Amino acid sequence: MNAPVPLDTLEGARLEDSRFTVPGMRCAGCIAKIERGLSGLEGVESARVNFSSKRVAVRHEASLGEDDLVRAIAGIGFEAQAVADNPMGKDEKETKALLRSLAVAGFGMMNIMLLSVSVWSGAGGVTRDLFHWLSALIAIPVVAYAGRPFFASAIMALRHRRTNMDVPISIGVLLAVALSIYETATGGEHAYFDGAVMLLFFLLAGRALDATMRDKTRAGIGALLSRMGKSATVVDENGSSRMVAAEDLEPGMLMLVAAGEALAADGVIEHGASTLDNSMLTGESVPQAVAAGESVYAGAVNLGNPIRVRVSAASSDTVLAEIARLMDEAGQSRSHYVRIADRASRLYAPAVHSLALLAFIGWMVAGAGWHQSLVIAIAVLIITCPCAMGLAVPAAQVVASGALAKRGLLVKDGSALERLAEVDLALFDKTGTLTVGEPVPQIDHLSSHQAGVALALAQSSRHPLSKGIAKALGQRDIAAVAVDDLREEGGRGVSGSIDGVRVALERSEAETATLSTALRIGDDTIAIPFSDPLRSDVREAIGALRDQGIESRILSGDRTSSVEAVGRAFDIGWDAQLLPDDKLALLDELTAAGHRPLMVGDGINDGPALAAAHASIAPGSASDVSQQAADAVFLGKALMPVSLAVNVARQTMRIVRQNFAFAILYNVFALPIALAGLVTPLIAAVAMSLSSLVVVGNSLRLARAAR
Amino acid sequence: MSGLAFLIPIALGMGLLGLAGFFWAMRKGQFDDLDGAAQRILIDDEEEDENE
Repeated sequence: MNAPVPLDTLEGARLEDSRFTVPGMRCAGCIAKIERGLSGLEGVESARVNFSSKRVAVRHEASLGEDDLVRAIAGIGFEAQAVADNPMGKDEKETKALLRSLAVAGFGMMNIMLLSVSVWSGAGGVTRDLFHWLSALIAIPVVAYAGRPFFASAIMALRHRRTNMDVPISIGVLLAVALSIYETATGGEHAYFDGAVMLLFFLLAGRALDATMRDKTRAGIGALLSRMGKSATVVDENGSSRMVAAEDLEPGMLMLVAAGEALAADGVIEHGASTLDNSMLTGESVPQAVAAGESVYAGAVNLGNPIRVRVSAASSDTVLAEIARLMDEAGQSRSHYVRIADRASRLYAPAVHSLALLAFIGWMVAGAGWHQSLVIAIAVLIITCPCAMGLAVPAAQVVASGALAKRGLLVKDGSALERLAEVDLALFDKTGTLTVGEPVPQIDHLSSHQAGVALALAQSSRHPLSKGIAKALGQRDIAAVAVDDLREEGGRGVSGSIDGVRVALERSEAETATLSTALRIGDDTIAIPFSDPLRSDVREAIGALRDQGIESRILSGDRTSSVEAVGRAFDIGWDAQLLPDDKLALLDELTAAGHRPLMVGDGINDGPALAAAHASIAPGSASDVSQQAADAVFLGKALMPVSLAVNVARQTMRIVRQNFAFAILYNVFALPIALAGLVTPLIAAVAMSLSSLVVVGNSLRLARAAR
Repeated sequence: MSGLAFLIPIALGMGLLGLAGFFWAMRKGQFDDLDGAAQRILIDDEEEDENE
């Protein structure tokens, strides 16, 4: 603050905020490295890491572009992607509003309870009136503030001539407050401020839990996503280049795509040859070599040399956007799914309304007077719409999804858990789902000298196959041989020399069925074949699913022979050589036959099937599009989380049903008492707290379910 | 009875103070990065921080 700041830097520099997602940060050291590395950069004012969402927010001068910052982060040793302006801001705002309402309701509840306890324990006369007035003073603003989420939703439902859980809640709370004010003003014996505020508090707790769970998994998945090119360098006729945002690109423009950049539009290569990482589209980690004249698609990342691409389709016309649209349509059917809480309230809300109305009419007919009849009707409304109902579903789902997240499975929302519990058939994609999706080299036949050379060459390259070799050799404690003159040529390989002998890791010349690379030492060539091994626990996972009554089946776009081999090995049904449309058609057929299929897949060709299935899971290595379409994402190399997810989802629904059963049992006892007009505020408050505690306690048992 | 005249305002005041504190913490983003806060304590200070 006291440091002298030159005025011109203050005025001259326009500051901008940029956000980047950095999925690779895992520890405190990473936070420090990124923040210090970026802050030390010329033109960066501040950098702040958000570890929970794996993002870094940078405040920098406008002259410093996003690309420069991505490169700077890469220099520090982390892969980063620029993200659009806080896409999750809206959801977060909703959660924050709920938390604020919860805090206000909690404050009101505690203070009103404090006053109510003394009234219940026998305070009378002036003291009681004073306490009622104080309660009113606290309750009115608290209800007005904390009740907004319910009032807004109730008004929305009424406007569409429907009724939902929020309608009885709103009517009950508003009537209770209105009647209590009347009681207070006329010096009556009972006020119901405590009941009304307490009801709001417990219901808000359920809603806030639900929203927090949704935000948390979205942040986790959001960090994995976000690859499509946001902008491109366009070269004009006269040779000058400028940056153009992805949505402003037009067919016919010439893009210059540097190494490491993602394509922002579909196009045809006009000049240059390179290798592209298409994993966003296909989930396939093996890079594809491309040359002039070939078509390339938005979302692919250029791994090799700079290329010039003539745009053929941009923004919403790209293949990627087309597939997104297909998935959107496929997902429509799923949006017809009605969540269990809504199904319950569809029956429950009208029943509660009519009961309360009947109680009012009944007591009027019995000659109780309008005041007492109204009190009883409100008591029926409040006590039959207990917090237990509001908490029954979210409490169980939050505990279950937390337990699953610890085991590496991120569930997107509560409805996903409900649908997962109902599946009766599991459909697996093969490549990348049953297999690891990462090429593993076979290196047993290499001599230690050959292995050393291969390691030295592989280490110097960022090509996925090289990385695979380096990783496999590194695990065997092989020392790298010193290689001079290392050079990498995009699309060709890495080369160097040892004592004048040329050595290289290059593309295999022989066309083989399996992927392979060639190690050249002088005139000798040794082939290093790659295989994509099955996940180690496929048999256990399929067995565990079978124990739960779920048959598995392979749906693959792969060749018949290789799919058949896997199907035979695990004794499950299979379909091979399927196109994305075939998968979709097969799913529709199964659904029409009354099945509820679970789709597990990773590639973009699985995207429509993932969106159309009753429930779907994608591996963390899947293409971004598939992760977006799936209900859940599992991390790591094991397949077991899939069967665990179904298992835990079923246990969750069992607990939810128990919670509902308890809530109904509670009503069976509470309703007659309320109808008989015997419910005092004390009974209502104790009954509500107890029922909520029972429901939350029962849900907590799920924390052990995923073990 | 006269004790109430003190105690109730005090109870309310303390509750409001807590509520205001919570609102302040939310607006300042104290809950934005709970995992990060747990990790940051492990970061060693560096002398370059002296110019802050």
